[in-house]
Amino acid sequence: MIGKGFAVGQFLPIESPIHHLDPRVKILLSGILIVVLFVVQDWISFFLLSVFIILMTVAAKIPISYIGKSLKPILFLLVFTLILQIFFTPGEYLWEYSFLHISREGLARGLFIIVRLCLLILATALLTLTTSPMELTDGLESLLGPFKKFGFPAHELAMMMTIAIRFIPTLMEEADRITKAQQARGADFETGSLLQRAKNLIPLLVPLFINSFKRADDLAVAMESRCYRGGIGRTRLRVLRFQKTDYLFLAGSLVFITVVIVCSYILW
Amino acid sequence: MFISLENVTYIYLPHTPFELTALKNISLTIERGESVGIIGRTGCGKSTLIQHFNALLFPTVGKVWIDGEEINKKSPHLREIRRKIGLVFQYPEHQIFEETVYAEVAFGPRNNGMTGSELEETVRWSLESVGLDYHFLKDKNPFELSGGQMRRIAIASILSMRPEALVLDEPTAGLDPEGKRMILQKLKYLREERGTTLILVSHNIDDLAHLSERIVVMDRGTIGMDGPIRDVFSQIEQLEKYGIKPPTTARIAELLMKKGYDIPRGVLTPEELSSEIKQKILMRSHQ
Repeated sequence: MIGKGFAVGQFLPIESPIHHLDPRVKILLSGILIVVLFVVQDWISFFLLSVFIILMTVAAKIPISYIGKSLKPILFLLVFTLILQIFFTPGEYLWEYSFLHISREGLARGLFIIVRLCLLILATALLTLTTSPMELTDGLESLLGPFKKFGFPAHELAMMMTIAIRFIPTLMEEADRITKAQQARGADFETGSLLQRAKNLIPLLVPLFINSFKRADDLAVAMESRCYRGGIGRTRLRVLRFQKTDYLFLAGSLVFITVVIVCSYILW
Repeated sequence: MFISLENVTYIYLPHTPFELTALKNISLTIERGESVGIIGRTGCGKSTLIQHFNALLFPTVGKVWIDGEEINKKSPHLREIRRKIGLVFQYPEHQIFEETVYAEVAFGPRNNGMTGSELEETVRWSLESVGLDYHFLKDKNPFELSGGQMRRIAIASILSMRPEALVLDEPTAGLDPEGKRMILQKLKYLREERGTTLILVSHNIDDLAHLSERIVVMDRGTIGMDGPIRDVFSQIEQLEKYGIKPPTTARIAELLMKKGYDIPRGVLTPEELSSEIKQKILMRSHQ
């Protein structure tokens, strides 16, 4: 998805076997991977899982720079966690200076948690980089479908997500336009104290909200005039269907992950 | 040399899969007091181009001079430049945010440090310049007014910074004929009475025919044609090549010429055309 001058979300529209997989396969697998990453406790399993994730990243043809980009926002968290773990874990001291000390256990745990966090981020980034937002919501709706029986509004939720995602580029473009329009009138968004800067945002936020409400109204009217009445009895243009490759991929990955878990149990 | 672009290229999101070259090696000079119309298909880079005129965008490659000063991100007078070159965006009424018309129009000059009676005088002048009644409107909520009035208030809120040049992106888009006529008439007045440099971006060639003396035709990020309005608008085949429907008057003149009437190719406004036709009819009845 592209607005003029903006890349929205992480999705990278390129051709790769991972991109062509059914979104449900990718959602399920990244869900499982996240759980497994929390369950495993040893370095060998971590190593195997990293190999798995790296292989998928390579298969998805994702450039290295994008991986760096997805890790960047949590850099602070990583460093912070590492420092806390290293300095505040009791155990066999390697180094000591007044109240500060580094323990062998702390070092090991710190590194362990960092690797776990990185792998978690990579697993989710892999999903969002290779699956378009529309595919994601379609996949979620389909996966949550069975819960409709218990009154869970799967369709409505997916529709809201779709609409929200659809309007992100529009909103960003609009925010950019209004920012520039107010800058052209001498508005200053860059300098001043925090309070002053928050105040300076009013000329941006007020029009942005007003236009969003107007747009929401228009959209509601446009949907109703085309007889939209919620999800019951609705058919869709692109029906998600598992292909042979989807089954193969899902089965293969599940076998691999099971092996990792079993190994980790036996070894641990 | 008031506004000058030298070999300007602008790329959105360079080095990503979303890379988009909006301007390709554009050189363009606009002199003080000129009235320039910029026209071209949707997506040809018109809006990107005009944002270079008041330092809202900076070229990826190339140079921009405004009023003799080379402009880049670190220029110290960006605010002054943006005041000097007033830019009215498309649908400018979407940027209105204040509770009263007065406050809305006063926002720009206030940012530039104007206060007191000078400010009041400026707001009054700006509203009157776009044909609005100062006393009637100043305490009204702008959101209660009609689309045409909101548009004019938005234009007034740029005029209130007393810009030396006014750049307008599709100023008549989405207005009814009355609102359209009003805005064009006020712009013409500004141009003729105050000598404001006017740069007008439009799809609507008939709007430009009323106001501009020089026409720049853009095509896929480059300048296709650039010259006096009569020269540009009389090259009908060339214009059509760039996806621009020639002005109605030029097309009527063309048809009449094919029928054997001797109408000059450069007629611009309906008034000019009708007087030409009148002349021809009178000449016939004399014969």
